[in-house]
Amino acid sequence: MSEMILKKGSSRKSAYDLRKDQSYKEATHTFSILVDNEAGVLARIVDLFAGRGFNIESLTVTEVDHTGHRSRITIVSTGGDDVIQQIRAQVQNVIPVHEIFDLTTDGPSVARELALHVLKVREANIEAARAAAQAFQSKELGVGAGCLVFEQSGTPHEIDELFDRLRPLGELEVARTGVVGLKLPQ
Amino acid sequence: MSNQPPAPSDPGPAATTGSNRLDGLMTGAEIVIQALKDHDVSVVFGYPGGAILPIYDSLPKGASNLIHHVLVRHEQGALHAAEGYARATGKPGVVFVTSGPGVTNSVTGLADAKMDSVPVIVISGQVPTFMIGTDAFQEADSVGITRSCTKHNWLVQDTNEIAEVIHSAFHIATSGRPGPVLIDLPKDVQIALGKYEPPSKLHRQRYQPVMTPDTDNVETLAEWMETAERPIFYTGGGVINSGEAASARLRELVDATGFPITSTVMGLGSYPASGKHWLSMLGMHGSYEANLAMHGCDLMINVGARFDDRITGRIADFSPNSRKAHIDIDPASINKVIKVELGILGDAAISLEMLLEAWKRRGGRTNRPALRRWWQQIDEWRAKDCFRYRANAEEIKPQYALERLQALTKDLDRFVTTEVGQHQMWAAQFLHFEEPRRWQTSGGLGTMGYGFPSSLGIQLAHPGSLVINIAGEASWLMNMQEMSTAVQENAPVKQFILNNGYLGMVRQWQGLLHEGNYSQSWCSSLPDFVQLARAFGWKGITVSQPDKLDDAIRDMLSYEGPVILDCRVTKEENCFPMIPAGKPHNEMWFEPPASGDEPQSVTV
Repeated sequence: MSEMILKKGSSRKSAYDLRKDQSYKEATHTFSILVDNEAGVLARIVDLFAGRGFNIESLTVTEVDHTGHRSRITIVSTGGDDVIQQIRAQVQNVIPVHEIFDLTTDGPSVARELALHVLKVREANIEAARAAAQAFQSKELGVGAGCLVFEQSGTPHEIDELFDRLRPLGELEVARTGVVGLKLPQ
Repeated sequence: MSNQPPAPSDPGPAATTGSNRLDGLMTGAEIVIQALKDHDVSVVFGYPGGAILPIYDSLPKGASNLIHHVLVRHEQGALHAAEGYARATGKPGVVFVTSGPGVTNSVTGLADAKMDSVPVIVISGQVPTFMIGTDAFQEADSVGITRSCTKHNWLVQDTNEIAEVIHSAFHIATSGRPGPVLIDLPKDVQIALGKYEPPSKLHRQRYQPVMTPDTDNVETLAEWMETAERPIFYTGGGVINSGEAASARLRELVDATGFPITSTVMGLGSYPASGKHWLSMLGMHGSYEANLAMHGCDLMINVGARFDDRITGRIADFSPNSRKAHIDIDPASINKVIKVELGILGDAAISLEMLLEAWKRRGGRTNRPALRRWWQQIDEWRAKDCFRYRANAEEIKPQYALERLQALTKDLDRFVTTEVGQHQMWAAQFLHFEEPRRWQTSGGLGTMGYGFPSSLGIQLAHPGSLVINIAGEASWLMNMQEMSTAVQENAPVKQFILNNGYLGMVRQWQGLLHEGNYSQSWCSSLPDFVQLARAFGWKGITVSQPDKLDDAIRDMLSYEGPVILDCRVTKEENCFPMIPAGKPHNEMWFEPPASGDEPQSVTV
């Protein structure tokens, strides 16, 4: 930990918890967690992250095995090496957790996010919007009147990029699933 | 016995457990009782209420009663009593509480048990399944509220699942790093019929913590032990939780290597205080020699301790020149606070056994000349006599009271528990423990109110032993309602109250760190403890003169029933030595720092 930083106006009264933590670099990691799909299992994971001050940048979950009733949770989090190591160890201690992989460090993996862009667009901008969507291989869904709906799958960064290109063309709203990811066989 | 309730005019049919039905089905409540019997539960602590009445209805009565139910006076008391029972026996403590306030009152005990790794199984009533979510009378989201303060919890919605859940609960609470679990049983699930499966018929539990450590890691540590110049064992509650074999192997290893050993407040007794390698407790109020040895060591062997902030002080300056090895059964405890060079994941007893074996097989070597120099250095630190205090002929110093208590009880079959505060630290400094499970205290959560109910739990596990709770008057008042339970249970617990009229540790911090602004740390209207004792049918003793203290202690010890000894001690005594929070091990205070902003510290 770094030197104690005393805020102006504070005293030395046991101020060890006022220190700023700046001694390590933070990195973004994607975790894939296989759990028993039982009541409250998502709350256990989310409470753990909230209670211990771990970040959640995105989270997806659904049942992936309908006979064994298992769900896969994908969580994107940011932290220093020690935090990332703690996340893995603490999650592993949750009873309904079968396995946890750090997709960022545990070998080859794939990760994607799905987005729906809904653009209320003026006639003049329709072609520009379609061109932008095409550049990201997004599918145009033929729903709604007076608006364009694009379904995009890609990395979070690609979704940000298309969002930025569509925004000047009309009133834009987006819904994103958060990243889903999986470890690849080695 | 006079403590039995008055007999009803029509006692009704005696409740039985096990199924009397041709189809072999049992009610959920009967399944609970049968499962507890199959797990050899002989004592349950609890408090009835509407949502758990079917279970109370199924409690066996009369001669067939193998399960003794202890009626506490508050659910927090049930939890701490169960913790006391568990920590004194190594068996899980079992608790019954009702829904709503029954569960919310249990939360402090659950959090306490989670922090201190105590196996406790709480079975709570819940409103019927069809009323869950309607804000029914005495409804609370019990699994939601207790999720973060249990190792695991369940809401059982099908009577057929009760047996499996209870068997899992015993397995999870007692294996790996032990901890509390809660099973929430809606009233309709307790009443409905279902099938019971005994523990043996179930599949192997999926939760299987690593018990046997990696042999290469053990070998590496054995190698480090051969060359270390300034080694130290730093042990914790994990050694005690692992069982008697862990303490036995630890003693062998320490005595064979000749390395010094210190322990956290949770681990006292795993190595005997009379052992010649013992440096006393370490940490914020630990000994000078233990803290300086931790600071100056070149090899730290942590067995079952978790680098709590009360141990480490300032992380950046914690034992700066040592290689650190950490043996722990909990993967999340390794590298959580202090980065170690060698993590050894496994059970303490098995790991110590393997370490001892590996070290001996390699020749049982240590760096003797260096070790001799290390002990010379430690003996110099020891000579400081860091727990020394100024005795006083007029007033009882709290340290003196504990010294006398130690002298008069050390040869007795004695269990000690404490509340939280100055008295707790003085007790850890001045009482000495030769065996594991003889000392317990709320170490992690620091729960004032822990000691008295836990003394009851210990006494129920060991009816013939001397059980003493060292208390401050403020902590003790937090769960004093259990006086009534002690009488009903004929539990002759001794409450040794070091009464200084202050919230002593709060006052100490205010004096040392908040310019003497003693905000709200003085209790101006304490009860007359002797009268209070009498009101509950206890014996009460007051003592305020040092020359009367021994007689008062003897009085307490010789009385057959429960006793409060109100020991009036010096009001403004501080607990030293002290490492102020956030300071490194080598900056200890032995007396209040001189006035001025910058505390005067002893730097070595």
